[in-house]
Amino acid sequence: MPKRCDYFDHKADVGIIGIGTTLPEAFEQAAKAMFDLMYDVEKVKPLEEIQVECEANNPEELFVEWLNALLAQANIHELGLGEFQVKQIKGFQLLGCAKGEPLDPQRHNLRTEVKAATYAMLKVEKEGEKYIAQCVVDV
Amino acid sequence: MELKNLEKINDYEWLIPASGEMKVPVRIFASQRLMEEMDEKVREQATNVAYLPGIQKASIAMPDAHWGYGFPIGGVAAFDPQQGGVISVGGVGFDVNCGVRTLKTGLSLEEVKSKLKELIDTLFRIVPAGMGSRGQISLSGKQIEYVLTEGAQWVVEHGYGIPEDIEFTEDNGKVNGADPANVSETALKRERKQVGTLGSGNHYLEIQYVAEVYNSQVAEQFGLWENQVVVTIHCGSRALGHQVGTDYLKTLAGASRKYGIPIRERELVCAPLDSDEGERYFSAMNCAVNYAFANRQVITHLVRSGFEKVLPQAQLIMLYDIGHNTCKIERHQIDGKSKEVYVHRKGATRAFGPQREQLPRPYQEVGQPVIIGGTMGTESYILVGTESGEGKAFASVCHGAGRQMSRRKAMKKWRGEQIVRELSEKGIYIQAHSLAGVAEEAPLAYKDVSAVIEAIHNANLAQKVVKLKPIGCIKG
Repeated sequence: MPKRCDYFDHKADVGIIGIGTTLPEAFEQAAKAMFDLMYDVEKVKPLEEIQVECEANNPEELFVEWLNALLAQANIHELGLGEFQVKQIKGFQLLGCAKGEPLDPQRHNLRTEVKAATYAMLKVEKEGEKYIAQCVVDV
Repeated sequence: MELKNLEKINDYEWLIPASGEMKVPVRIFASQRLMEEMDEKVREQATNVAYLPGIQKASIAMPDAHWGYGFPIGGVAAFDPQQGGVISVGGVGFDVNCGVRTLKTGLSLEEVKSKLKELIDTLFRIVPAGMGSRGQISLSGKQIEYVLTEGAQWVVEHGYGIPEDIEFTEDNGKVNGADPANVSETALKRERKQVGTLGSGNHYLEIQYVAEVYNSQVAEQFGLWENQVVVTIHCGSRALGHQVGTDYLKTLAGASRKYGIPIRERELVCAPLDSDEGERYFSAMNCAVNYAFANRQVITHLVRSGFEKVLPQAQLIMLYDIGHNTCKIERHQIDGKSKEVYVHRKGATRAFGPQREQLPRPYQEVGQPVIIGGTMGTESYILVGTESGEGKAFASVCHGAGRQMSRRKAMKKWRGEQIVRELSEKGIYIQAHSLAGVAEEAPLAYKDVSAVIEAIHNANLAQKVVKLKPIGCIKG
């Protein structure tokens, strides 16, 4: 059961890892890891949905685009996001969505804002049966 | 860091000679102890920077340097556009013009002590901070454009401060060459109601007092005296700046491929300064620089209104406002010639010595004040820029203590409540929006700031003027 999200240590910031049986699943898990740095994603109710479309030059940069597009949309719509779905990856284009609700300091256990996903320690690859997507995020 | 293969220049300066395709050597300013404790990654990242086209003199790392993304945090590098020099998001960071501003209150510790709790509680209510916080000011499209081009000057003209605030802000609170046409719609949308907000992470609003004076003559020039209470604001350009970084990371990734720039770490993607991509990034980054100045200016206004309620006798006067995530055009002496170069400072502070005409008149004689923030439990320092620092490090010094433990380790080791209690026992009153955030920022997660300052002082990049100790702190 390889689907999970995880972290790796970085002195000033934090590294996030998404693991899945498919590439979309790895991207989704990494998004979950990133948003869980900011608040309890498990406590976010999927009441509102936002759409994400992005493209890049290669899978690694597409992964960073996906994470940064989510950060921007969450911010613009003033939502805490808790559920992430990559609907389609075609070439280096991605269609996805996420669900959440307005953040509530009483319920969501707010932590530290993530400023951006970066190209540092960036990796998107297939290892045996699983896909791994990782990078450092600036907090 | 392993010290072999490093040349020791003196007790506070180390050199990695240029080899292979490196354009310049790496120069690290630190004591032997700080060098030994320094991350191996600093060597790797500072070396990678030394390979970039058009870099001048040396790739420099400060005593608080640690592993960053692209540049080390605490990294300085200057580039000459005439020699193919480049500009990189990795050399500025995502929180563009994150910086510190210190205000003098004119009140002594004795006068403030009995009102401290009330003051902090009031400021905590007035100054928006923490994840997802929004400010009081809603800017229209046209008004955002003014903030991006005019920075702190525009917000002061609209009632959020006094003209002296501008005089004592780096670049007078406004850098030129900021064209909002280079800022994306997404960045503008993310701005909504964020001007005048502190943010989270290592950002803070702190009440401190002058605990020790090292140089009474310069302290007097700065208007600082023993036991005087001061306020320091640490924050940046919020989501607008983050989005500018994000947008141009992608643009510069494309530019690196287009111009065939050899980069040794992906986060070092960059564009020639005289290319369309490089010029657009510089312009958009300048918009974010102005936004950060405006942000700290509006917070200053809020802090004044808080003092008005609790300690109306206080007169909040600017010491200085200075950024530590920037790229600026500056004139420096290079190989005996005076040249205009683009100085990247990633987690490093500008520290002009005397005679720089950009400085406010009262500081031209002695050099600029340099504000170095500690952590919420430890002291901060005010230094003064030196002529020697101009020559050695493009007039740059460190920006803080520098982390020695990752955020995740800190979170596992401490609980926020425990840190708040321990600091309270030491006489430091904390108000925080996130206790998890407090644990991440635990004082012991940082290097010993006094060791970092000693290295700066002894390397003569700047000189110590006063030490500040915290008595109250607001965290996002």
